[in-house]
Amino acid sequence: MTAKKINMKDFLINNGIIVVLILLAIFTAIKQPSFGSFDNLKNIALNVAPRFIIACGISGCLITRGTDLSAGRIVGLSACLAGTLLQKPGYSGKFFPNLPDFGIWWVFVVLLICIGVCAIFGLINGLVISYLKVPAFIGTLGMQLIVYGACLVYTNATPIGGYRPAYTVVAKGRLFGVIPYLFLIALAIGLIIWFVYNKTPHGKYMYAIGGNEQAAEVSGVNTNKTKIIIYVTAAVLYALGGFLVGAKSGGSSVNMGMGWELEAIAACTIGGVSVNGGIGKVSGVLIGVLVFEILKTCLQYLGVDTNYQYIAQGIVIVVAIALDIRKYIAKK
Amino acid sequence: MAEQYRLEMVGVSKSFPGVKALDKINLKVRPGTVHALMGENGAGKSTLMKCLFGIYNMDEGDVFIDGNKVDIANPDDALNKGLAMVHQELQPVPARSIAENMYLGRYPLIKFGPLKIVDHKVMNAEAEKWLKDVKMEFNPKAKLGTLSIGQMQSVEIAKAVSQNAKIVILDEPTSSLTDNEVEALFRIIRDLKSRGVSMIYISHKMAEIRQIADDITIMRDGTYVGSWQVKDITDENIVKQMVGRELGNVYPPKDDYRTDEVLLKVNQLCSIHERSFQDCSFELRRGEILGFGGLVGAQRTELMEAIFGMRNIVSGEIEILGKRVNIKHPQDAIYNSVGMITEDRRGNGIFGCLSIADNTAISSYRNYTKTMVINSKKVDEVVKDSISRLSIKTPSDKTQIQSLSGGNQQKVIIARWLANNPDVLIMDEPTRGIDVGAKFEIYQIMVDLVKQGKSIIMISSEMPELIGMSNRIIVMCSGRITGEVENEEATQEKIMEFATKFDINDKIGESSKQEVKS
Repeated sequence: MTAKKINMKDFLINNGIIVVLILLAIFTAIKQPSFGSFDNLKNIALNVAPRFIIACGISGCLITRGTDLSAGRIVGLSACLAGTLLQKPGYSGKFFPNLPDFGIWWVFVVLLICIGVCAIFGLINGLVISYLKVPAFIGTLGMQLIVYGACLVYTNATPIGGYRPAYTVVAKGRLFGVIPYLFLIALAIGLIIWFVYNKTPHGKYMYAIGGNEQAAEVSGVNTNKTKIIIYVTAAVLYALGGFLVGAKSGGSSVNMGMGWELEAIAACTIGGVSVNGGIGKVSGVLIGVLVFEILKTCLQYLGVDTNYQYIAQGIVIVVAIALDIRKYIAKK
Repeated sequence: MAEQYRLEMVGVSKSFPGVKALDKINLKVRPGTVHALMGENGAGKSTLMKCLFGIYNMDEGDVFIDGNKVDIANPDDALNKGLAMVHQELQPVPARSIAENMYLGRYPLIKFGPLKIVDHKVMNAEAEKWLKDVKMEFNPKAKLGTLSIGQMQSVEIAKAVSQNAKIVILDEPTSSLTDNEVEALFRIIRDLKSRGVSMIYISHKMAEIRQIADDITIMRDGTYVGSWQVKDITDENIVKQMVGRELGNVYPPKDDYRTDEVLLKVNQLCSIHERSFQDCSFELRRGEILGFGGLVGAQRTELMEAIFGMRNIVSGEIEILGKRVNIKHPQDAIYNSVGMITEDRRGNGIFGCLSIADNTAISSYRNYTKTMVINSKKVDEVVKDSISRLSIKTPSDKTQIQSLSGGNQQKVIIARWLANNPDVLIMDEPTRGIDVGAKFEIYQIMVDLVKQGKSIIMISSEMPELIGMSNRIIVMCSGRITGEVENEEATQEKIMEFATKFDINDKIGESSKQEVKS
């Protein structure tokens, strides 16, 4: 009897947020039956896909006790870059009016350009954090401003639209007319990241650095190299995320991706990536992103005022982290 | 009428999820005595003290102070009831001053109505007085972080003394002190005793117990074994009660497995810090256990960490198997077949939140990796093999290493290096804080290694261990190699003579300022 009670309590501490969210979702579905509709669930899934990719990127930083506050701005930069290079040939407000009409392969080239540019910013993040020993919080905070500034300079703060169908189809198209590409891309990224985290020395080193950086160093782990790879990988994933978000929304501006890093960090934490480092699973990241997205959608469906939605999201983040810490503090 | 005890703990039990850490423990401390608490690591001594001090809540049992039943809710409460504790793992705030550390949580205050201000003048003066009381002449305004670990310990003791405690708990207080500091500590302990203070003294060192303790209580595996007056029990009996069996030899049979082949040659190695190691040269032969003796602060650890690539050198050469090598990072050392078990197990040894498997395999993954993918099956084999070979006591290889006892953690770290199969293994205080049984097992592993043609460098501050295990002993003092003795000629006196060749006291203040490689 008592044992059962304790297990129940442990279960609630470990999964409290998720339980509450499921209850909230059921409640919402009862009050607003359209919440449970296939269209809405599909919508949630499509929103989750790019956010999951971004959260995967940030999870590596968090596991090594770092963070990446430049994530959202890099997402925005990537979306803007892709947007300016992939406008319709006949569109009146073209950013590069003289850009010739390349073939369909141009979409892939642009994706590579986005990844390449963002990877440079990620590399700088990594170098600053590893070699200059600047705390990740500060280093990436600086990078957040730098990237935003770069994006402003590049776009002149003009909104970008009129995308080629070949670009928007990346987000809107479906395999065999059923499975959205977006979904498949996110799935592929998730599998790759899972593999890297669990089956490669790089992944093991990452957890080791998060667990005890000095011990990792003594064990012969090249901590600098590992961290640089983590921040570059993260930037690459933000670039991909931004590319997809741009395609999905069919337009972009410098404000795209603003604050997404915080959402991604929150999602990771809800999914059990410990802010104390060394702990975190890709499946957890997915759950975290799902929970966060469902929360937002529920609040919308329940007709909660947008302003209050922020308050609710904030509370969820704090409660999630408070519960997360409960798991690790020594039981007295 | 029964004797009045200063402190009585009766029938104390404490369980953690899955483990019964304490099972009906009794501890009765007479006024004005030193009561030794002994037991192997993992016997529950620290847990018992944490229960007493209110850090853990006990499940069962009663505590009496001067015959009155007390209920200690938290450390603050314990302090108010006249208990003070010098922790095994110091918990100082290095960036703040010595005085602030001593008065943390009980700052002398000046009150302006509702406003309270810390009275720095009184605090510094008081701190200075108490430091003098324990013969430590530090500036109380100096940052605590500028002191050596031994000196910080003295500050901790001064702090306990300053609290006017009736009962002081000393958890392995001498593990990082120099002989001089130990002497000073014992003077303080005797002084406190004469003032009627009772002390609970946790230590593994038999000689100290004989020297300082009046009574002894022995624990084993979380159970109460018994209490004796120290004069009524022999060393052999103490060990027997602790391990619950007769211990044969403390050291495995000593054979000489040395060959003529020079594995490692260190030539005129100089630290980038003037006051660290300078002009150190030595050779290590295949199959040799080379001991490094000296006092705390002799820079032995620093020298070894430099050989392993953790610290920078300005000049000097390292040759491995006759080939000059350039080691700038532990990774380079590992490539050159050198391994190192560091002194600070918690600080740079274990990955607390990771599993035993991950802790074991971390430095050898590259050996089991093909085109960037780890061969998990192979790693699994290696891990399982080391767990059984080193008889690491754990429920599973997925268990977090932080839940193991110190001895088992150390064995996991040894397993980590064995998996790498290095020719040269540097072991810095390999048996510090480890119980007698596990110590012998580690010694046995060392002998097995040299038998297989590996070589070991062992830093040890335990003189008997140094003499008992080494084929040859090099002694350092103030960053220099001051002597070398073959095992047959090694005596404690001889080693001590080399270890104190330079007047180390001149350097104590300065050596503490040394920075680690950043």
